[in-house]
Amino acid sequence: MLNVLQLSCERDDRLLFSHLSFQLCPGEILQIEGRNGAGKTSLLRIIAGLSSSYTGEILWDGQPLAKVYADFRLDCFFLGHKPGLKLDLTPLENLAWRSRLANTTVSHEGLLAALDRVHLAGYEDIPCSHLSAGQLRRVAFAGLIASQARLWILDEPFTAIDLEGVVWLESLLEEHASLGGMVLVTSHQPLTDRQGSLRKLQLETFAKDVLYDEQEVLDAGL
Amino acid sequence: MPGFEKQSMNGFSACVAVIRRDLTLAFRSPGQAINPMAFFLMVASLFPLGVTPDREVLAELAAGVIWIGALLAVLLSLDSLFKSDQDDGALDQLLMSPHPLPLLVLAKVFSHWLTSGFCLTLMAPLLAIMLHLPSEAFSALMITLLLGTPVLSLAGAIGAALTVRVQRGGVLLTLLALPLYIPVLIFATGAVNAAVQKMPYTGHILWLSVFLVLGICLAPLAIAGALRVINE
Repeated sequence: MLNVLQLSCERDDRLLFSHLSFQLCPGEILQIEGRNGAGKTSLLRIIAGLSSSYTGEILWDGQPLAKVYADFRLDCFFLGHKPGLKLDLTPLENLAWRSRLANTTVSHEGLLAALDRVHLAGYEDIPCSHLSAGQLRRVAFAGLIASQARLWILDEPFTAIDLEGVVWLESLLEEHASLGGMVLVTSHQPLTDRQGSLRKLQLETFAKDVLYDEQEVLDAGL
Repeated sequence: MPGFEKQSMNGFSACVAVIRRDLTLAFRSPGQAINPMAFFLMVASLFPLGVTPDREVLAELAAGVIWIGALLAVLLSLDSLFKSDQDDGALDQLLMSPHPLPLLVLAKVFSHWLTSGFCLTLMAPLLAIMLHLPSEAFSALMITLLLGTPVLSLAGAIGAALTVRVQRGGVLLTLLALPLYIPVLIFATGAVNAAVQKMPYTGHILWLSVFLVLGICLAPLAIAGALRVINE
């Protein structure tokens, strides 16, 4: 379970969000919404432990994140804007590297099955430089399927994905949630809630709150 | 989907995976690895043309020329060590790994050394012949290169980690790494020159070993810290 308490983030002297609190329980999908530059990526990088420019508390299974980073990283799969694939390697080599790095031992057949699920069967030995942007995204999703992470942190996963793929990815997220996983996702795509597991979080409201607060303080002072 | 059971940590296999991937990448696009070696060869082959073809003068200069060439060649290859991973997002995955980051970066630096410093060491005898280095100094040259080039990779990787976000950070990287390279250069050329004059050079070798042990112990911590801070 992920608890975020009173999280504030400032970047380049600009307050992105403040006093942001939410909880993500097993079986839930949380979609972070916000305009461009609202701080969606910053929030995901903070929760993934890649950035420490924040104040507030993040709890993982009731423990402060900084204390249980090793456990957390075993249980977390982060997929950023850049899928982290080497273009000179084949999809299979990329997936094997990533699963080894994340301490999950997936057999050759397991990785092939994961590639099959993202409709890339037959592409396993073709260098990634020959794949399209959407296909590269799909390779990254195969890594997601092969991982055993409970928490998925996905930054704009729908970029470069075709219409059919969007529906497919949504059902993948739902399946993960229904198995007791957690999904934290940013997207401009309106996700459909078919199982009642989807929640939405508007990031702007946490930026505005503070502005109003400051205004109130000013008013009170006057 | 497999169940959510815990697995035992296997840092060694992660390190092997990192080394294997980096070596595979080096073989698939060999230009990156060949560049420093071509540079090394060019420095050594242009020297007799530019300075003097005189056998005795060259023999005196050989240790310095080979070592400076190797040092600059390693520096040339360091720029892309972490930058290519940063460009495609693989660095985030390295940082997100549950394994200790210093261990993983040590694996990365080791594969960098295999494709740069180690290859330069293998080329060195050829260059030593070209520069008329006396044959009794060959072993000293090889030992110093074997001990010294890993230090160049380790110390340079700290600079590479600090400049991973800087576009064309080559100059900055050079400024950061060169002070750390100077002691290695002094002791290594000192050892080879001592061997040329048929004097004992064990002291120099021991000092180089000290640098190597220090580098292996401390540099990965510095590199890992730098990567975490810079890649915010």
